[in-house]
Amino acid sequence: MDAQVSAGQVPKIAARNVSRIYQTVDGDMVAVDDFSLDVTDGEFVCVVGPSGCGKSTFLRMIAGLDTISAGSIQIAPGGVPGKPLNSVVFQEYAIFPWKTVIDNVAFGLEMRGIARKERLETARYWLDRVGLGKFAGYYPHQISGGMKQRVSIVRALANDPEVLLMDEPLGALDAQTRVVLQEELLRIWEETRKTVVYITHSLDEAVLLGDRVILMTAQPGRHLATFDIDLPRPRSIETANTPRFVEHRALIWEKLSQEVKRAMEQNQ
Amino acid sequence: MTDATRPIAQETRLARLTGKSAVSDFRLIALLVLGTVAANLALAETGFWRSLSFIAIPAGFVVLVVICERIGRHVRPARRAAYEKALAFGFPAAVLALWQIAGDTGMINTTWFPQPSRIAAGLWDMTIRYDKFSQTSLLGRPWLIPQAFSEGGFAGVWTLLSESHVLATVARVFIGFVLGAIPGILLGVVMGVNQTVRLMLDTTLSAIYVLPKIAIFPIVMLIFADPFGEGPKILVVALAVFILMTINTMAGVRGIDNVYLMAGRNYGAHGWQLMRHVILPGAMPVIFAGLRIALGTAMIVIISVEFLRAKQGVGFITFYYWEVLNPEKMYAGLVVVMLLGVLLTYLLQWLQRRLMPWQR
Repeated sequence: MDAQVSAGQVPKIAARNVSRIYQTVDGDMVAVDDFSLDVTDGEFVCVVGPSGCGKSTFLRMIAGLDTISAGSIQIAPGGVPGKPLNSVVFQEYAIFPWKTVIDNVAFGLEMRGIARKERLETARYWLDRVGLGKFAGYYPHQISGGMKQRVSIVRALANDPEVLLMDEPLGALDAQTRVVLQEELLRIWEETRKTVVYITHSLDEAVLLGDRVILMTAQPGRHLATFDIDLPRPRSIETANTPRFVEHRALIWEKLSQEVKRAMEQNQ
Repeated sequence: MTDATRPIAQETRLARLTGKSAVSDFRLIALLVLGTVAANLALAETGFWRSLSFIAIPAGFVVLVVICERIGRHVRPARRAAYEKALAFGFPAAVLALWQIAGDTGMINTTWFPQPSRIAAGLWDMTIRYDKFSQTSLLGRPWLIPQAFSEGGFAGVWTLLSESHVLATVARVFIGFVLGAIPGILLGVVMGVNQTVRLMLDTTLSAIYVLPKIAIFPIVMLIFADPFGEGPKILVVALAVFILMTINTMAGVRGIDNVYLMAGRNYGAHGWQLMRHVILPGAMPVIFAGLRIALGTAMIVIISVEFLRAKQGVGFITFYYWEVLNPEKMYAGLVVVMLLGVLLTYLLQWLQRRLMPWQR
């Protein structure tokens, strides 16, 4: 299944037979069931599934923010000591309202004890890169939703983690802002080539951004199918108009729609 | 039709449509003013005013509201702020003026409701007077500070200021407030973070919370060797503030969106760092709301305690002038309490702006 992991190469993220079971009053609820995923260094993997399929739970388990009931997840450390293993971009932005934009971006570096001057320099570099240099001293309530999510994304990038974990980062944005940020994400990723696990419920977004699209089943979340997206890079929003893109999307949608229908019937 | 007349025509049409004609409004205002004055004069002449005042006063207020609203319709946006200020400060000033006139003309009994001018005079007299018998003054006679300093140094200044009623009250409130708020915030954070501690203490705290804080004063007096000293007074304020701050801080900490805690942890904050960068600032708005409430409670508690057992303090002096039947100074004491409350609230707001620059 994981064809591009060549023999002998250690995957950047190795998730093996991962399960997450919540104990509730009504008995055990299986959110993720026996899910495995290998991500190679520098790969952009999108995980798509019907809502409530446990994809966010899986991401939080990679991030160490949720406990793993069974199985294991490992992130291979890089050569640089002290470099964080992962940084999460949350759907709800989760940038701190009580910190200025630049202090938010520098937050991860501050927690790692990097000197003020150096961390502010790094933060400013990243803010300039997404065109937010002017807003460094603003507080989050003074900027728009799209800007907040940009801040949230560069907060993760400034932290320079081994892998970037994105949990429906554009889910809360309006359609236009979303397209603009998709382009921006493409541009930044193609420049940095970070290892990314990207959770989304938008198939278009997954095909446009990802090297690989993983489909998950609904309740419990299991692996359904994997699709390699061989669209050439650099991609842009124009890529979505090419016949190859449409082909990929149609192929994945066929599989996903069955699962969505099944999930809807299950809920009735 | 020329270009110059068009906007005017438009305006009158708009005014007619919305019923905002200046002419008709001013006619109405004039009518209301004349009608009210005439009705009141008629009542006064026939001697019915006093017995009908319970209707006349609310009716007068309603008419005043209608007049002000009609005027408000014609205030240009640029003058709007001035108009709102005029309403906010003009009305209390008008009430004071009315009170003064009613007192001067003998419409109300000035023995129990002395006019503002007499209250002000009483306040002034209290301010400059030094009571030799109890060795106290209202402010501690700050104009004597240079003299006291040259005679006795800092100790002399201290002796001078320690005769002040205002400073005695402020010191009790301030010390009690700090002694209560800091442990209260600390315990509140612990209870917000740790479920076990919360479950163990929440019931007890909720029970004490509904208890009127002044009701614990007798218990507090039992604790101290000197039940009439400063200790019980400060402690009862501290306890009241402590309970309020514990409950508010706990609510504030529990109200922090979980995603901020996850973000904090994911970006490497643990222990004290998580506390300083995520939990405390996240709970800060609720903590400050609690401080505002606690300040009000602290004022209630200290004034009541000073009514009961004190030889000094603003509450004591207010009650003292009730006992010796000097109403204007009793009112003056209340004015001082009010000013203290306003001043301390401003102080808290200033602190809030300094500590929470992210909130406008």
